[in-house]
Amino acid sequence: MTRLRAAWRVASIPVYSILLALLVAAVVIIVSSTFTATGFDPLLPLAAYLRLLIGAFGSPSGISNTLVAAAPLMFGGLAVGLGLKAGLFNIGVAGQFLVGAFASAVVGASLAGAPMLVGMPLAVLAGALAGAAYGFIPGFLKARTGAHEVVTTIMLNNAATLLLTWAVNDLVRAPGFTFPRTAAVGESALPVLIGRNLHLGVVLAVVAIFVVRWVLDRTTLGFEIRTVGLNPEAARYAGMRPVFITALTMTLSGLLAGLAGSIQMLGVIGFYAPGITASVGFDSIAVALLGRSDPIGILFAALLFGAFRAGAPLMQIETSVPIEVIDIIQALVILFLAADLIVRRLFRVRAAKPEIAELQTVTKTWGGTTPSTTPGGGD
Amino acid sequence: MKDGPTAGSARPVLEMRGITKRFPTGTLANDGIDLDVRRGEIHALLGENGAGKTTLMNILYGLLVPDAGEIRIDGAVATIHDPADAIARGIGMVHQHFMLVPVLTVAENVILGQEITRAAQILDLAEAGRRIRALGARLGFDIDPGARVSGLSVGQQQRVEIAKAVYRDVRILVLDEPTAVLTPQETREIFGVLRALRQDGASIVFISHKLDEVLEIADRITVIRRGRVVGSRRPGETSEQELADLMVGRSVSLRVDRGTSHAGAPALEIVGLRANDDRRHETVRGVDVTVRAGEIVGIAGVAGNGQDELIECLVGLRRPTAGAVRLAGRDVTRASVDRRRDVGFAFVPADRHRYGLVLPYTVRDNLVLTRYAERPYVGGLGTFIRQDAAIDEAARRLIAEFDIRTPSERDPVSTLSGGNQQKVIVAREFRQDLKVMVLDQPTRGLDVGSIEFIHRQVIARRDAGVGVLLVSAELDEVLELSDRVLVMHRGRIVGEFAASEAQRDRIGLLMAKGAAA
Repeated sequence: MTRLRAAWRVASIPVYSILLALLVAAVVIIVSSTFTATGFDPLLPLAAYLRLLIGAFGSPSGISNTLVAAAPLMFGGLAVGLGLKAGLFNIGVAGQFLVGAFASAVVGASLAGAPMLVGMPLAVLAGALAGAAYGFIPGFLKARTGAHEVVTTIMLNNAATLLLTWAVNDLVRAPGFTFPRTAAVGESALPVLIGRNLHLGVVLAVVAIFVVRWVLDRTTLGFEIRTVGLNPEAARYAGMRPVFITALTMTLSGLLAGLAGSIQMLGVIGFYAPGITASVGFDSIAVALLGRSDPIGILFAALLFGAFRAGAPLMQIETSVPIEVIDIIQALVILFLAADLIVRRLFRVRAAKPEIAELQTVTKTWGGTTPSTTPGGGD
Repeated sequence: MKDGPTAGSARPVLEMRGITKRFPTGTLANDGIDLDVRRGEIHALLGENGAGKTTLMNILYGLLVPDAGEIRIDGAVATIHDPADAIARGIGMVHQHFMLVPVLTVAENVILGQEITRAAQILDLAEAGRRIRALGARLGFDIDPGARVSGLSVGQQQRVEIAKAVYRDVRILVLDEPTAVLTPQETREIFGVLRALRQDGASIVFISHKLDEVLEIADRITVIRRGRVVGSRRPGETSEQELADLMVGRSVSLRVDRGTSHAGAPALEIVGLRANDDRRHETVRGVDVTVRAGEIVGIAGVAGNGQDELIECLVGLRRPTAGAVRLAGRDVTRASVDRRRDVGFAFVPADRHRYGLVLPYTVRDNLVLTRYAERPYVGGLGTFIRQDAAIDEAARRLIAEFDIRTPSERDPVSTLSGGNQQKVIVAREFRQDLKVMVLDQPTRGLDVGSIEFIHRQVIARRDAGVGVLLVSAELDEVLELSDRVLVMHRGRIVGEFAASEAQRDRIGLLMAKGAAA
């Protein structure tokens, strides 16, 4: 009972934010309905949300779609959330996702004919390592020079997109296609476990949730990451090395983001082509914030966003409410999370914490004042 | 009575009757408190940390709403909903942590919210400056309206805060522990300002837990313990001892008996140490200090004379540019924080919130913060997995041993009082196999009971053969605890004394000037 209450204290603001976002999005749907063929329809939001629900959970294939859409968001959400725990705002998940997807595609394709038990693990590993390497760069730069991770990761996102476009065009382009792409991953694909598309990556993502949770809660590394995030000065006095932890956390964050790309590549897409969507990168930030950086929270947040993605097509087909409404809802969720005073006033929430710590990190890192991680700190 | 008129009229300017405030957590912070403050009176509110002084004043200033009780100003019932109400009624408050905008000038800070404008909404800073200067002259302090606040000393900033309140025609000025951050000289100066204000007819509520100051400045003293008024005294009728006993609720000893020290082999040797601060100015300029096992060496000095950098070199957080540090005979000049701890080094930082604790963490995690990677707190896969059972057990033992008041070891340390937070650090650092301890203002901001406890612990460790280096800007503490006193000035040790009250003035002078006049 007390545990339930404690959980609610943490979850109340996110839950209310979702409700408010749905409410405001409903207004948007009603207003926009007047400009469409259907005409003014005050009940349209209800119909749309119902289809959204049915699309996401109303059938085995719907549930399967939800889980498949949620899996990369779990990895991506963990990537952002882990960074936030260490006081780092990794908005480079998009780039790390692409690098991971590309590495998995290339290794997977080169082992396309090898037995699945050889090719698939190696392809996943390649994606993870590539993401880790790409996360290490901003981590190293921050540790060594104090270069801000927000700035470097944004730029590295662009660098990844362009470099990979070049690589697909000039290095690993598969012959026989009219557009630049890599060869199919073939046997290296993640096996489908249930139904049409529920692949092994979903299981990996859920396992990752619990592994990250265990590392954070139960290990010295997790203790170091959390301490550095909460009070880097005290961490130094305790004999930890914030500079090292910073670089390591960015690397691990990149690894998780790389895995997001990897399972999307090996479980869903199957080949790399320039322009594959990296929206997972930015949705991951939303997932981490909504999940309050807590792995279990991230699990639920990823499922919610996955459900939105999975249910949206049915909503669009049956009620002509465009899929883009999902983006509006997601944006509103984050808006209300950030402006939690609105939520508190409306719902009279008396949560113990005066503010959402993760958002503090986001705003603080943006302002660029993290004294401990400037160069010369530690030894 | 020391000086000045003692209350022109007997009718209170401010009456607080039966103020009761219970926090949602269940704490009864104020339990039917009565307080009256007369015109032209300095009224001290004395009590330990967590006694409810600040709560009471926050209620007066409109920051909290009381559950019961009423506030009368000039005899009329006043409801104060927010600070704007309080300001409109002539109540001003100087918080412990200043509310100034560092990048603005003194004048800009003072007039903030009450800007004087000429036509077309143009700020008239010249006029504001003139008024502020006149105000400074009246209260007897120099104030440069054009100076940027970020460049001012703590004492000067506090005067700006007071000027801000007086500028708004304050009649009742509340000061929350105003001397906690000041040097003795600055304290004396601020007392002069307060007396001038009293002369002007203002009423001052002075929150403190420092007995000597209260006796010096106050016309009346109200003592609060656990949310209740336990006594009201005039300075002439009472003593430090009586006030301390009232505050704590039992008989406390204000002076710990240091006994005699039995100094042994050198435990900490600092040889020719030089170090730069973050801006690469040399702030430690050749320091030689030897602390022997079983003695307490105090370093007195005004803050900012290189003590911080010296300490960081000792702890292992800063690389000296020259010189050496030896712990129990071993050279640790370039050793990591960890390695020094392994040799038997402990450190109590001055700023416990910044360096000593991770506030959102539980008491138990803070109790092992500097030993988190040691057995038995870790195990399995080398030293990778934290052993919750061992941590819990150690935490419960330390909580009992050091009498840390906390509902359980799993409550956040931020919910503890300052004294108990400091006990958490002391419990963690004062381990059995110590050789050297460096204490940086170990009792700053603590109440009498906690100070007594910590001083006893320090002396017990000394008697067990630990070499103790005490760094403090509070001369009283240095004199009380140290077997030897060194004075640090501009990065150098400029004097050494056998600790005794007789040397107090000479030490004070050396602290200020660096050389005996």
